[in-house]
Amino acid sequence: MRAGRAVPAAAAVTTEDSPAFAMRLEMLSPELAHVADEPYYQPVGDEVQLFEAAYRRRLPALLKGPTGCGKTRFVEYMAWKLKRPLVTVACHDDLTTADLVGRYLIVGEQTVWMDGPLTAAVRAGAVCYLDEIVEARKDTTVVIHPLTDSRRVLAVDKRGELVPAPDDFMLVISYNPGYQSVLKEIKPSTRQRFVALEFDYPAADVEARIVSTEGGVAEDIARKLVKLGELTRNLKGQGLDEGASTRLLVHAAQLIGDGLPPATACTAAVARALTDDAEMTETLNDLVRAVF
Amino acid sequence: MTERRLFEHELEERLDAVLFASPSHRSIERLASTLESLTRPQQEKVLHWAGVAAKTYAEIGYLLATLAPKAFELLDDDGFDAWVLSGLDAYDRLGLRPAMDQLRNIELFRAERAGTPVTRLSEVEMRLARFLQGLSGRPLAVRAAANPWTDTETVFLPELVAAHASAEVNRRLYKAMAALLWAQTRHGTFSIDLEARLGQWPDRERALGWLAALEAVRLDARIAAELPGLGAEIADVRGPWPAELAAALGRLTRPDATVGDSLELLGGFMSAGGVPPRLTFAGTLDPGAAWRVRAERIKRDTETLKKALAKLKGMGGRRPSGEHAVTMEMADDGSTMEVRVDGEAVALPPAAQAAAQSLIQDLGEVPPEALTPAGHGQWTPTDKTGPGPELASGRDADHRYDEWDYHRGAYRRNWCHVYEMPVTPGDPHYVGEVAARYGPLIRQIRKRFELVRGEDRILGRQPDGEEIDVDSLVDALADRRGGAEPSERVFCRRVRNERSLAALFMVDMSGSTKGWVNDAEREALIMLCEGIEALGDRYAIYGFSGWTRTRCDIYRVKGFDDPYDAAVRARIAGIEAKDYTRMGVAIRHLTQLLIAQPARHRLLVTLSDGRPDDFGDEYRGTYGIEDTRHALLEAREKGIRSYCVTIDRQGADYLKHMYGPASYTVLDDAHKLPLKLADIYRRLTR
Repeated sequence: MRAGRAVPAAAAVTTEDSPAFAMRLEMLSPELAHVADEPYYQPVGDEVQLFEAAYRRRLPALLKGPTGCGKTRFVEYMAWKLKRPLVTVACHDDLTTADLVGRYLIVGEQTVWMDGPLTAAVRAGAVCYLDEIVEARKDTTVVIHPLTDSRRVLAVDKRGELVPAPDDFMLVISYNPGYQSVLKEIKPSTRQRFVALEFDYPAADVEARIVSTEGGVAEDIARKLVKLGELTRNLKGQGLDEGASTRLLVHAAQLIGDGLPPATACTAAVARALTDDAEMTETLNDLVRAVF
Repeated sequence: MTERRLFEHELEERLDAVLFASPSHRSIERLASTLESLTRPQQEKVLHWAGVAAKTYAEIGYLLATLAPKAFELLDDDGFDAWVLSGLDAYDRLGLRPAMDQLRNIELFRAERAGTPVTRLSEVEMRLARFLQGLSGRPLAVRAAANPWTDTETVFLPELVAAHASAEVNRRLYKAMAALLWAQTRHGTFSIDLEARLGQWPDRERALGWLAALEAVRLDARIAAELPGLGAEIADVRGPWPAELAAALGRLTRPDATVGDSLELLGGFMSAGGVPPRLTFAGTLDPGAAWRVRAERIKRDTETLKKALAKLKGMGGRRPSGEHAVTMEMADDGSTMEVRVDGEAVALPPAAQAAAQSLIQDLGEVPPEALTPAGHGQWTPTDKTGPGPELASGRDADHRYDEWDYHRGAYRRNWCHVYEMPVTPGDPHYVGEVAARYGPLIRQIRKRFELVRGEDRILGRQPDGEEIDVDSLVDALADRRGGAEPSERVFCRRVRNERSLAALFMVDMSGSTKGWVNDAEREALIMLCEGIEALGDRYAIYGFSGWTRTRCDIYRVKGFDDPYDAAVRARIAGIEAKDYTRMGVAIRHLTQLLIAQPARHRLLVTLSDGRPDDFGDEYRGTYGIEDTRHALLEAREKGIRSYCVTIDRQGADYLKHMYGPASYTVLDDAHKLPLKLADIYRRLTR
């Protein structure tokens, strides 16, 4: 057991003032779960080989691509394939360093260190996936820097601890360059540490296969949904921030598979999901009607 | 005798008598000849009413007589009387212009009289435009015209449709027309030089009519195969095909039918001698216009692609230009493209990606010449011929500014004379129309701006405040426990985000902006104003143009203290393309105005089409670029952030140098402008 290895959180059954309690709770690190069943993932290019090579060479990976094109699913799939636990952190603009690395908690007069998800992932040699990294505060992202170069350590300042990353630890971050906002750009000093994999909505026939498999609908319905996706993507920047993602198309397929008429399913899963604007919804419904 | 038609000379005489007061001195002769074919009672009616109307207003009498033959075609006798009366009534109530419109729109009058629901293009225009954008993936504008047709970049549709029993069916008819016209551009109607092929038939009109009908059959089948829902809607509107076309159905509804098949069938139909059926839902063809627009676009897209490839190639950088092997492969379904430079896959920028897709739509492939990277872009200023500057304005310059002369490496003192000019107000309804047309976009911009406005901010780790900052308290306790001195800053405090920003938008009003750039500028300004109003920032809009150094005009569209009211709106509508672009002096003058603003951040945004230029050779070229660059440097020294937005389909290498001191962006599409400006705002206020 590595120094300071996790104590299962579920062990907290002793009473607060017992010495055993204090010792056990000196440090907490959550247990990490493995991805049990093979997630469905349809490779579209050489991304699997690239990711595996990066893993073997202990290089961190950056996934770029629009929302709902399969980035998260890809990471799940790779974690399963590499048989590593997966820690996913959805970044948001109030995400602090402490949220990633860990913090002291107070239990009575006792302080207890609680590993954050990143620290836990480093200790366990997991795949740590920071989703939508650009959403996090700029100062937060700096903590990953020593992890992403040859040092491969995580500095836990508050404990004065340097946690070395085992060989099987891998850091993966993702972001969506489509937002096009100057505020939501990833800093070059961060970006240049990663092997970058670009994701996009797959080609029509591949996407149709995905929609058909994930959504449980016949191939011809899936093709129509993909056509609809293509038409909505044409409206990007014309009142729509983004076109329909593969994920939305899968949702629509699932509703259709459940017995709803295609038009109803697409209105609910695609048109209304894409916009609140009444006129835009009308246009999207026009496109739905055109396809079905 | 009363039944005999009046001959031309008799009509002429009588018209002269009733319209003699007409101030327009138009050709009564021509008018008389058009009336000759009417029956005698109709002629009498026209003469009667023309006389009555001319007593009210001579122009109306004349118009009425001109329109009479068409009115008799569409209306019965009672209808004719009612039509004239409605025109005169409109004059009494609303004035001359509405009266003339009322008279001209005979179809509308007929439909309203018959109680048929009328659908106007303006009601469905935006919805159709968005629908077409979805279908085509490249911009396809919608405009009104007498007949439905397309030049492959704009879909022209009739101003109103009143052919059906309900407004809903009318709307579907519009949709069917638009979809079939889109299909003309998408499925290769203009991929062959039709003009050349039509030359063999002397009766061009009839040949065009048949070809349009045949193409409608073919395209209808293509749509039905690709978009079954839309196909069914069109089938519903069109009903069964007329019997004349039965012979063509088999061949043209095959999935691989092309415009070539239509042309081959056309021969048979022409020699059979029949008249082409009138299909209300099908578009007419203007092959010449479409061919020109298409060629222009292909040239533009090729250029864009070449430029992008030149940039990509530059990244490799090792070999001299020209030796790079560029290949472009398309996925089988045509949805994605892979470009390889020297065998390495590269990603095309979105603009080039769009250009390549557009080329594939037009040509079925990316032509080899588009895959040759371009050399260094050549900047060629546009020449303008015309009279020299009007020096004798008799008015002293309001301000004088220095200008940077790169030959000397020094300023020319008090070189440019600035005049503050009023803007002639434009159409007061223009702003409202644009705001209505771009409703969704404006809402999107507002939303973005509201994000900028921001909520209260919570400052943590404060010595005092309303709430306990648990994080810092935990730290303090931990420190105390660890023997370190705990921090006292364990509170958090809410602060309001203060915005202190003055923004000035400098709008290029030079002659080169005439047309779509000017429209883009005005539309962007409107959307921006609507957005900034939600934000409550101080902002101003000034236009600039001029003619030599002695006449640099600055137009105040909206000053910092002007509210965004009707007058400002009318002035935005009145922004028009004038003369030349002497940019440096405009930047200097507006910099002065900005400095006077009490704000923490000062922002100067220039909108232009990128070419500093002035009459004569002096300012053109390097001189203008260097002067503009210097003016921007001066602004930066004075603490003004500038941002230059250039609307330019070509893009150019000199921009980087010229805008060096400022941030800049080049847009090739007017629609990107408002959102881009919104983003600049966001960057500055966070």
